[in-house]
Amino acid sequence: MTEFAVELRDVVKRFPNPGGGEVIAVNNVTLQIKNGEFFSLLGPSGCGKTTTLRMVAGFEWPTEGEIYINDQAMGRTPPFLRPVNTVFQSYALFQHMTIFQNVSFGLEMEKVPKPEIQERVEAALEMVQLIGMNSRKPKQLSGGQQQRIALARALVKRPAVLLLDEPLGALDLKLRKEMQLELKSLQEQVGITFIYVTHDQEEALTMSDRIAVMNKGSALQVGSPVEIYERPNCRFVADFIGETNILFGKVKALDRDKVWISLHKPSCDILGFPLRDFRPGQEVVVSIRPEKIRMIDNPTLGMGAAPNAPNCFPTRVIKTTYIGSDSRLMIDFGSDVHLIVWEQNRLSVIDPLAYYASGQELWVTILPENVLVMPQEESK
Amino acid sequence: MISQTAQSHPGRISLVKKLRENAQLQGLTLVSPTVIYLIFTMVCPLILVVIISFMTRGHYGDIIYQFTVANYSRLVDSLYLRILGYSLLTAAMTTLGTIFIGYPLAYYIARVPSRQRALYLFLILVPFWTNFIIRIYAWIMILRTEGLLNSFLQWLGIIHAPLEILYTPTAVLIGMVYEFLPFMILPLYTSLEKIEAAQLEAAADLGARPWRAFLRITLPLSLPGMTAGSILVFIPAMGMFVVPDLMGGAKTILVGNLIRNQFLTARDWPFGSAASMLLLVLTLIFTLFYVRRAGFGEELLV
Repeated sequence: MTEFAVELRDVVKRFPNPGGGEVIAVNNVTLQIKNGEFFSLLGPSGCGKTTTLRMVAGFEWPTEGEIYINDQAMGRTPPFLRPVNTVFQSYALFQHMTIFQNVSFGLEMEKVPKPEIQERVEAALEMVQLIGMNSRKPKQLSGGQQQRIALARALVKRPAVLLLDEPLGALDLKLRKEMQLELKSLQEQVGITFIYVTHDQEEALTMSDRIAVMNKGSALQVGSPVEIYERPNCRFVADFIGETNILFGKVKALDRDKVWISLHKPSCDILGFPLRDFRPGQEVVVSIRPEKIRMIDNPTLGMGAAPNAPNCFPTRVIKTTYIGSDSRLMIDFGSDVHLIVWEQNRLSVIDPLAYYASGQELWVTILPENVLVMPQEESK
Repeated sequence: MISQTAQSHPGRISLVKKLRENAQLQGLTLVSPTVIYLIFTMVCPLILVVIISFMTRGHYGDIIYQFTVANYSRLVDSLYLRILGYSLLTAAMTTLGTIFIGYPLAYYIARVPSRQRALYLFLILVPFWTNFIIRIYAWIMILRTEGLLNSFLQWLGIIHAPLEILYTPTAVLIGMVYEFLPFMILPLYTSLEKIEAAQLEAAADLGARPWRAFLRITLPLSLPGMTAGSILVFIPAMGMFVVPDLMGGAKTILVGNLIRNQFLTARDWPFGSAASMLLLVLTLIFTLFYVRRAGFGEELLV
């Protein structure tokens, strides 16, 4: 078996624009998706993730570059000759066929013998936990059940790669969370490579082995969920995955593996972790995750911070929002710059000091490792 | 102000109020113009035809109100049965013809970008701007011995003697298919247009080659449109008499011509009424049978 299930080499897709000219949907994307991997394409709508998936499926052909599936160049191979199957966003179940006919369709096309079809369809329906509905029509099922049928219909073909185009988009939040875990365990169970398209960063982080973050047709960063979240390689990735506070500044000095940044607003110095090599004077963007900012009442009491220690700043609470597990604070960082801070509500509700009130004067401290310094311009 | 009005027109206010609150009454108000119109223009004439079909013809074409079933027993004559059989055949051929010619076009229109679709659908309806009889005369100009078609084929050297098309059953079929084509294309288009592109992509994704995807997905999903179109074509085609009259010459007599001749030429209203009833009953039977087999409208999609 080859190492990569799917490989995209310098793939470009241009569509003719109805108003004249061309639109670049996918711009020079190179990806290597390993065998048995749960790989997500994550990005905002219109970033080219669905077009990328459709090119792997064979519904679209690349304008430039080449797609390899199991080391075979796909070229202009039509979808019905590719060893991949798709779960569509709209499910695309055949409404005029029963559940059994839907799931057996792909095997019939392969001319699999009847008894084997029966066996494999039953097994596929059992795998998605839908038994005893063989003669129903898709319209008689709930959204979640239709989703499972779509999954069974694709998996019954035992594809080399399963392509999923926002398959949970139409489900309500609770069902979606359930299905996320189910899909992940199903993928581990069958060991098939999954390529999963989503715009939901939480979904991608929950399920994926690796994620490619896409924007404007380019794959900006490819990495594990931890890498993508903790070490984004550009402002877009930092901003798109989770929430973050973005500040602007200039490199003041290099300090071993850290950099001193003098912020433009408010004018103060902050010690941060450089994601690239920087030289003094360079304009940079600083990203700080809200949950990585610690609030402390009194820095003189220790707790790893002191008024003169790096990254310890006096602030004032502007607004607090209680959301149960967390309190979300907006704090005044000076010069009208507001920071978002998430504090876990670790203390008891009966402790009046457990929660913050607007107007409260506080100190914040941030570990330099969590102050991510990246170049001003988009990385690609 | 309001209470004053209510006092001065208590009756009117209560009627408006009743109408506002009573959904059934609202429905009745909305359907009544159509219902009243149809009672006078369809139900009453139909009852008259039923009654007349059991009456006797007078010597001068008048109706003698004397009960008889003779009109119906007269229909069971090999001559009339042959006309009936021939009408059924022509209507069936017309329906098939419109399906074979209309399906590819409807398929094409359902697939072009939506802005172009409106234009194509509009073009399909353009012929209705001209009177039907005039369009049939245009066909006569094309098909007759010295017509456009024959001159063109002779000019090309494909044929040396003009083809005898006009005043044959072929000419009738050409005219009928031409006349009823839009009635097949429009419902076919409606059901083809409803088929999501993802359905065909899913079929291809699961290994179906285009032709199999057509047979297994597109064709079954367009069946409701085909049924609706077939009913819209078959029923009027059964009663059509203008096309066979003008394009079929005296040789082609369909049941529609028979009925018209009985009323207008032979002045035998009772016999014409009986033939009308037979046509009506036969059409109903065929339609019911067809709908049972193929389903009607949305039924198949549920």
